[in-house]
Amino acid sequence: MRERIVSELVEALRRAATVLPADVVGALERARDREEGPARVQLEAILENVALAREKGVPICQDTGTQTFFVRVGTRFPFLEELRAAIPEAVRRATEDVPLRPNTVHPFTKVNPGDNTGRFVPHVTWEIVPGGSAEVHLLPKGGGSENCCKLVMLTPAAGIPGVVEAVVEHIADCRGLPCPPTVVGVGLGGGADLSLKLGKVALLRPVGERHPEPEVAALETELEEAINALGIGPMGLGGRTTVLAVHVEYAHRHPASFPVGIVVQCWADRRAHVRISSEGEITVAGGA
Amino acid sequence: MERVFETPIAEERVRELETGDVIYVSGMLFTARDEAHRVLLERGAPFPLEGLVLFHCGPVVRKRGEAWEVVAAGPTTSMRMESLEPEFLRAFRPRVIIGKGGMGERTLKALAEVGAVYCHFTGGAGALAAQRIKGVRGVHYLEELGIPEAIWVFEVERFGPLVVAMDSHGRSLYAEVGAVVQDNLRKIRARTKEG
Repeated sequence: MRERIVSELVEALRRAATVLPADVVGALERARDREEGPARVQLEAILENVALAREKGVPICQDTGTQTFFVRVGTRFPFLEELRAAIPEAVRRATEDVPLRPNTVHPFTKVNPGDNTGRFVPHVTWEIVPGGSAEVHLLPKGGGSENCCKLVMLTPAAGIPGVVEAVVEHIADCRGLPCPPTVVGVGLGGGADLSLKLGKVALLRPVGERHPEPEVAALETELEEAINALGIGPMGLGGRTTVLAVHVEYAHRHPASFPVGIVVQCWADRRAHVRISSEGEITVAGGA
Repeated sequence: MERVFETPIAEERVRELETGDVIYVSGMLFTARDEAHRVLLERGAPFPLEGLVLFHCGPVVRKRGEAWEVVAAGPTTSMRMESLEPEFLRAFRPRVIIGKGGMGERTLKALAEVGAVYCHFTGGAGALAAQRIKGVRGVHYLEELGIPEAIWVFEVERFGPLVVAMDSHGRSLYAEVGAVVQDNLRKIRARTKEG
């Protein structure tokens, strides 16, 4: 069972690195159609690159990212030990097979083990839910956009208008650095650590799918419109499209604090998904 | 009509370019990141660089038998080279720099002085870049600097699209977009405050 999980996870890692999810491609195509000049040239190059990577089975970007896992596992899931052990093994094998760029460096010695593993990485966020199956979401996260993530501790009096101001100002500061058009995940409340985690979880949603609660969905729309009014454009060369989507998640907060976790993802919003049933059936899908 | 520039590129041709123009380059392109800039300035160029294309890039390459194959070769963030670029331009006179994110005031001045342009290649488009690289002509300081930092010499065909983002007349698209963004931010803030 463990060997089967490893080989399907390697397949998911390959798909994430080489095939951009259809919802992201669709959003990039719509962006291209409304742009002109240098902005349109950038989006055409991006789409040509995406098609080429898919056709040749090579990575979309030379930065194949930090391999990040979110696992929702049922309390009655029978293959927990196999899955736990399979994740780092699959990352090692995919690094060789796909290939992925070795992206894990020891902060003190600068030694790179060369297989995308190391202390605490690949990092897995485990969520325990009722049921017998497991859902593995994979998010390879590039370094350029990760450098543009930020935590803002608002005063609660600033409220939702304060959130809009903080996010828009930060994205204005980043300009072309995170390789726009980006997808921005915003996590509200919960504490400093949880707000950033929720910002990353928000990226797992297909591009453009709104939060089910109308108030949250309205904030997503407001943020998208305000950021796109900045005029940063694809690659920071000017234009109408700076974000493809903004996704918001929230948790209850302490009465005295209002954390805002801003997570930025480059246009290469790579994702894949593996489902393992309680009977041991495994399905792999690119995208959400 | 696509504007393709063949190396070696003459100064007069580069002087015709303005920000926003889209060009392609064919011929000889060499990579240099931070460490390579320092090494070349200290020890001199291993071959003439005048009229060639400097690419800020740390490629993913692999060896197929005796030959190198370029797997992915997108641009890296150019600002890291800002401290050495003006001196580099004056010493070696490449005509086109390719990178992403743009460079600062000092490089903009040096571009005008020597007659060169800075072009933006789409960040992350590593597969597209690799497809336009027709062969590896050589590699310098590989042992000392390692694969991403070494000086790679590529033969390229219609490498691009490249957007001229800093020209030889003192104009920078990044500075212009920056001013527009600041202005728009002020307007958005005013609206949020009213609402």
